[in-house]
Amino acid sequence: MPKCRRTSCASATRRGSDMARMTMVEAIRDAHDVAMGRDDKVVVFGEDVGYFGGVFRCTAGLQAKYGPSRCFDAPISESGIVGAAVGMAAYGLKPCVEIQFADYMYPAYDQIVSEAARLRYRSAGEFTCPIVIRMPTGGGIFGGQTHSQSPEALFTHVAGLKTVVPSNPQDAKGLLLAAIDDPDPVIFLEPKRLYNGPFDGHHDRPVESWKTSPLSEVEEGWCPIPLGRANVVREGGDLTVLAYGTMVHVALAAVAESGTDAEVIDLRTLIPLDVDAIVASVRRTGRCLIVHEATLTSGFGAELAALVQRNCFWHLEAPVLRVAGWDTPYPHAQEWHYFPGPARIVENIRAVMEA
Amino acid sequence: MTDAAKLTFHVPEPELRPGDTPDFSHVTIPQAGSVRRPEVDEHPQEIRDLAFSIIRVLDREGRAVGPWAGTLSDAELVEGLRHMMTLRIFDNRMMTAQRQGKTSFYMQHLGEEAVACAFRKALDPGDMNFPTYRQAGLLIAGGYPMSKMMCQIYSNEADPLKGRQLPVLYSARDHGFFSVSGNLATQFIQAVGWAMASAISGDTRIAAGWIGDGSTAESDFHAALVFASTYKAPVILNIVNNQWAISTFQGIARGDAGTFAARGHGFGIPSLRVDGNDYLAVHAVAKWAAERARRNLGPTLVEYVTYRAGGHSTSDDPSAYRPKAESEAWPLGDPVLRLKAHLIATGAWSDERHTQAEAEIRAEVIAAQKEAEKIGTLHTGRHPSPREMFEDVYAEMPPHLLRQRHETGF
Ligand SMILES: Cc1ncc(C[n+]2csc(CCOP(=O)(O)OP(=O)(O)O)c2C)c(N)n1
Ligand SMILES: [Mg+2]
Repeated sequence: MPKCRRTSCASATRRGSDMARMTMVEAIRDAHDVAMGRDDKVVVFGEDVGYFGGVFRCTAGLQAKYGPSRCFDAPISESGIVGAAVGMAAYGLKPCVEIQFADYMYPAYDQIVSEAARLRYRSAGEFTCPIVIRMPTGGGIFGGQTHSQSPEALFTHVAGLKTVVPSNPQDAKGLLLAAIDDPDPVIFLEPKRLYNGPFDGHHDRPVESWKTSPLSEVEEGWCPIPLGRANVVREGGDLTVLAYGTMVHVALAAVAESGTDAEVIDLRTLIPLDVDAIVASVRRTGRCLIVHEATLTSGFGAELAALVQRNCFWHLEAPVLRVAGWDTPYPHAQEWHYFPGPARIVENIRAVMEA
Repeated sequence: MTDAAKLTFHVPEPELRPGDTPDFSHVTIPQAGSVRRPEVDEHPQEIRDLAFSIIRVLDREGRAVGPWAGTLSDAELVEGLRHMMTLRIFDNRMMTAQRQGKTSFYMQHLGEEAVACAFRKALDPGDMNFPTYRQAGLLIAGGYPMSKMMCQIYSNEADPLKGRQLPVLYSARDHGFFSVSGNLATQFIQAVGWAMASAISGDTRIAAGWIGDGSTAESDFHAALVFASTYKAPVILNIVNNQWAISTFQGIARGDAGTFAARGHGFGIPSLRVDGNDYLAVHAVAKWAAERARRNLGPTLVEYVTYRAGGHSTSDDPSAYRPKAESEAWPLGDPVLRLKAHLIATGAWSDERHTQAEAEIRAEVIAAQKEAEKIGTLHTGRHPSPREMFEDVYAEMPPHLLRQRHETGF
């Protein structure tokens, strides 16, 4: 049995009748519902988001419940969606918009980087941009290069943006509530491979469902999880594995298979980053492996590695290693050769342990 | 200020949702043959009406009527019919193959076959299309081997794209078919760029850009119109209005007034609206636009009015957002049946020949499928080596990629 500690939406004392079992899709939908019910300034829109409820069904039922002024379909224009959200935020609303796939956010990038991210700074706080931009990320669904990308580093590199990547239904709900409540723009990356069940990277095994996972027990109502707090999902002393999103589950599987007593940290938010949690762990274990699905070069792992060497240098017993997607576009047929699965992680755990 | 009325927020809604009974009787469809055919060099200001009507050639009785008729011989029309039938049977087989797990994903053309099939016949060798994922008709009508298309769909060892691309995002340079992007609308301005290059180079070749109704909302659509109009690029800008963009009806991209074709007017681009389920009309309009481009008269915007009779893709179930019977009620009919009726009316075709052709085509498609499946499907048989994953990122593989490829052991 792996030692497990969790801090999340579900506080130990409140378990019971106010918990519901949800998939990640349902948890995201529920977060929207709670936020919209609580604050009529929250508006939700995006491509296919209104009547249909989104191609992944994350906004299903919201238009029927709150009306088309609060939840509506947008034209296929990502720059339009984010640009309009910036304008609405300037007015005083709190838009939470969906980009259908992270791979389609590029037309919106100017609005995100030059506008949303800098509005507070350039107007000296006169205008602010409390918007949430949700988008499904990551691969594992044979989606090819335009339904598989993990562009988090393109956001973490931008001053003024917060970037969140939940790994389970509990966190998805709590973090989305916090993101909507946040006074600044938040990029909310949803690992699509986790929408309907956890995924440990063993693509040849039967698909799992959230229903049997304790992480699908989601607190009802308003239960934000503060941005900037990592979660130690497995305690251990041999090495520290840093991961987020889908890779949390893949890393846990790899750790189990490697036979090492690794500590696995789910970062949950990349900006703001829980540096204290990372540093405390690596100072204790003296070894660190970073895992992400995004391409290696200039990935967020590079930032993590720099932070670890700066803060833990005298405690390190091995070089910090990274396991990541190769520096190629995301291929279709070769998906499982591209995806940094358990085998590659185990190999790197060994390398960190043997160094 | 104080007694100003409260503003309200407007969101367009389709008239029909699941459970409603489709009724298009209030939709005015101009009579076949009723729309004039201007000279190709007529001033754009003088032909603005063509963006608000629908150019049609085939009437209810299957006769070809009016000034746009007569661009194709009976033999050419029979060939066109066979192309559309081939595309439909191809789609049918590949939809089934996807359900059988032979590939991950597929997108069909049901109800829209005439658009790309007829358009292809209006171009010359060397012209270049910048298609979306819903123009495989360009390949079928251009004689591209079906087995090769299927190898792409199966991502097998013979896939010309080496397993890298999502099914149906073909690329076929020699067939005037630019690599299809998964990112909507990007190709529209690229078509204009290709056409500008042809003009810069003193070439004779023209380009065609393609886009869906929903995707006209993207900035790249508008960039294409600006560049095309500024530089009078020799390009045909095609909007395929199949009424739907996944679950979103065309009114979300278009608004409540005007037409997609009329978007061209603000840019001074001659803009035509055509019955996209009428093979003859599509061909005639494409010919007209191609002539304009080739005579250095500049761009033409064409809206093909059609209907996406199937789901958006194999991941989509349209019964969640539109009435099941909507496609049958669609007033422009089925492009295959309409051309068939015309050819029977002229005596160039018969029910027996149609049945026979269907059997022949099915056999051809099945033969191509067998050939492709002998090599492999997505999860069976032979595939491109994982080594291929690292090729073509750059012309020459830089050291870091060499290192990564080495790490994989391939
Ligand atoms: C930039 C971008 N945004 C969103 C998508 C997701 N998407 C794929 S197809 C589609 C609908 C396109 O509709 P339309 O342009 O009408 O073409 P049709 O599918 O009807 O042929 C959407 C939203 C995408 N592929 N690219
Ligand atoms: Mg469409």
